[in-house]
Amino acid sequence: MKGVAGIFLTFAVRNLRRHWVRSGLAAFGIVIGVAAIATLGILSNNLIVLFSGIVADVSDTVVVTPHLAAASGDPFDPRSALAGGLTERDLDRIERAVGPYRAVPIFQTAELLEKSRKKGYVPVIVLHRDDIPVLLDVEDGALPPPSGKSVLVGSLLAEEAGVRAGGRITLGGEDVRVAGVLEERGMAIDINPDYAVVVTHGWYTGRHPEPAYDRVVVKVTDLGDIPAVKEAIEDQFNRRKEVVDVQDSREVLELFYQTYDAISIFLLGIGGVALLVAGVSILNVMIISVTERFHEIGVMRSIGARRTEVMRMFLYEALVLGVAGSLVGGAVSTLAGMAVTASVAETVFAGYGTVPTGLGPEGIGSVLLGMGFGLGTSLLSGVYPAWKASRLDPIEALRYE
Amino acid sequence: MNEPETIIRFVDVSKIYPLPAGDVVALDHVDLEIEAGEFVAVMGPSGSGKSTLLNLIGCLDTPSSGTLSIKGKDIGTLSDDDLTRLRRDHIGFIFQQFNLIPLLDVIENVEFPRVLKERRSGCDEACLELLDAVGLEPELHTHRPAELSGGQQQRVAIARALINEPEILLADEPTGNLDTKTGEGIMDLLTQMNRRGKTIIMVTHDTNIAAYAHRRVHLVDGRIA
Ligand SMILES: Nc1ncnc2c1ncn2[C@@H]1O[C@H](COP(=O)(O)OP(=O)(O)OP(=O)(O)O)[C@@H](O)[C@H]1O
Ligand SMILES: [Mg+2]
Repeated sequence: MKGVAGIFLTFAVRNLRRHWVRSGLAAFGIVIGVAAIATLGILSNNLIVLFSGIVADVSDTVVVTPHLAAASGDPFDPRSALAGGLTERDLDRIERAVGPYRAVPIFQTAELLEKSRKKGYVPVIVLHRDDIPVLLDVEDGALPPPSGKSVLVGSLLAEEAGVRAGGRITLGGEDVRVAGVLEERGMAIDINPDYAVVVTHGWYTGRHPEPAYDRVVVKVTDLGDIPAVKEAIEDQFNRRKEVVDVQDSREVLELFYQTYDAISIFLLGIGGVALLVAGVSILNVMIISVTERFHEIGVMRSIGARRTEVMRMFLYEALVLGVAGSLVGGAVSTLAGMAVTASVAETVFAGYGTVPTGLGPEGIGSVLLGMGFGLGTSLLSGVYPAWKASRLDPIEALRYE
Repeated sequence: MNEPETIIRFVDVSKIYPLPAGDVVALDHVDLEIEAGEFVAVMGPSGSGKSTLLNLIGCLDTPSSGTLSIKGKDIGTLSDDDLTRLRRDHIGFIFQQFNLIPLLDVIENVEFPRVLKERRSGCDEACLELLDAVGLEPELHTHRPAELSGGQQQRVAIARALINEPEILLADEPTGNLDTKTGEGIMDLLTQMNRRGKTIIMVTHDTNIAAYAHRRVHLVDGRIA
């Protein structure tokens, strides 16, 4: 026993099968459209997860650096090498400007690291002993004493060099103890310790002349105060000319999200165009299907099919095309999305944190969105031919050969 | 039996097809009454309006003027959906070209009008009995129309026309595409259905075929002669 829907569906499927090449091509258009939207969706979702995964959450951070001659905005720009540092006096002024918030002065240099047979220059981040817990967490081991021969090692560097808490390395030609290994932190605008060695100010000044600071990191725990804090610092230094640059991570992230949005819209546009083309091709197939069945429509009307039933019959055809195309498209895009993400992750983001290649809820959402659009496009393209079929005059249709 | 009831009544019915080259008067002030249970043959030269007359009775079209009542309903006043329902539930069509639906097999073709009416399918006793009554062997039940001979197709078409137990059967040259012997088989079948109470209106050119009917109506230039 099947209802009207059953027999109409049988009908639609048989007709599509009769012209399987034509139907297949039309459904293929939908596959491409759905796959475009869904794959791009998965890709961009995974990239954003990837990005937020490798970018440490330092939204409460304001970074003060000496104003760069090159003004590229990047404190690590090699052209800033000759820019002046920040002195203890500058630090005092910053501390006064930021009031209750903690200002952490930082200096970064590089030393030769040797461990077993491996050796190479690594970044060395110099922090006051008391400031270390403000910025960093130790995963394994403990904080080093204020002076003495102990250092901390970034997680990825530790992994690569095979270093564990309590082990020993040679840094700058000197044998030192590894007090602890840091937690993985990801990229950020303040410091990037994952591939670095972190030493105390005491350790550094015991071996080198007192340095000027590269930058001062201010932890503004109340995010609403960030603009005020920035203004206070600018007021202190930049009255007459630019002496320091003040950046907060939101600016950097915002730039990322803006770029991301623009790319998403662009990619979605490509998917949309693909679906539009698919829609036109389904429209075409449906119009042909209606035209070549004029006579049959007349017969159906003469044996008692109402207009709405004729319309339904053709809509089912579009529906079957849409469902088939969307299902295949969904499957294809799930695989393609994961593969593309994996390859991008491998080539572009190699070495930074864990790479999501699976299909999160957002990815599933993209696939469903793509499939929804595919189905919608098919139905929409089916409406006009189906309506046209339903409006046929039964006698005209019967006379048509 | 009671007084025979008039099931189809034409009162001054005209049908005009407006064409750019000038109006075509397909039916010209036709008055005609057909009683329930009659077997009427409609005859006349090509272009005389026979099919037009049949299409009007079949509610596929409505008169340009005059009134046509089917089972007491003035079809000129009915909506498209009402006309379709009247056709579906009370009228069976048999065509010269058989007009089976090529994508459906024999059983699906026969039950299609009933699916439309009762919104369910499944070939039950009645449907099988009907196929038996029109003389179609069970081996053919799952065949598609293209795999059947003309006579077999017309038998299926008759079963399809009868499935919703209509009072009226309309046949437009039902034997026109069949050889004489096969045609006689079909005519025997129609005669049998008429004996069971169906009102039959049949268009034909063939006087031998028209002889099966009780009454002959001649059309010339859209008028009853
Ligand atoms: N849909 C239509 N549009 C225009 N003219 C039509 C239409 N249907 C029928 N006619 C015209 O009406 C007249 C009657 O046509 P009809 O089909 O009823 O003739 P007929 O008696 O069935 O002829 P035949 O024996 O050839 O089937 C013809 O002149 C025909 O050209
Ligand atoms: Mg005719």
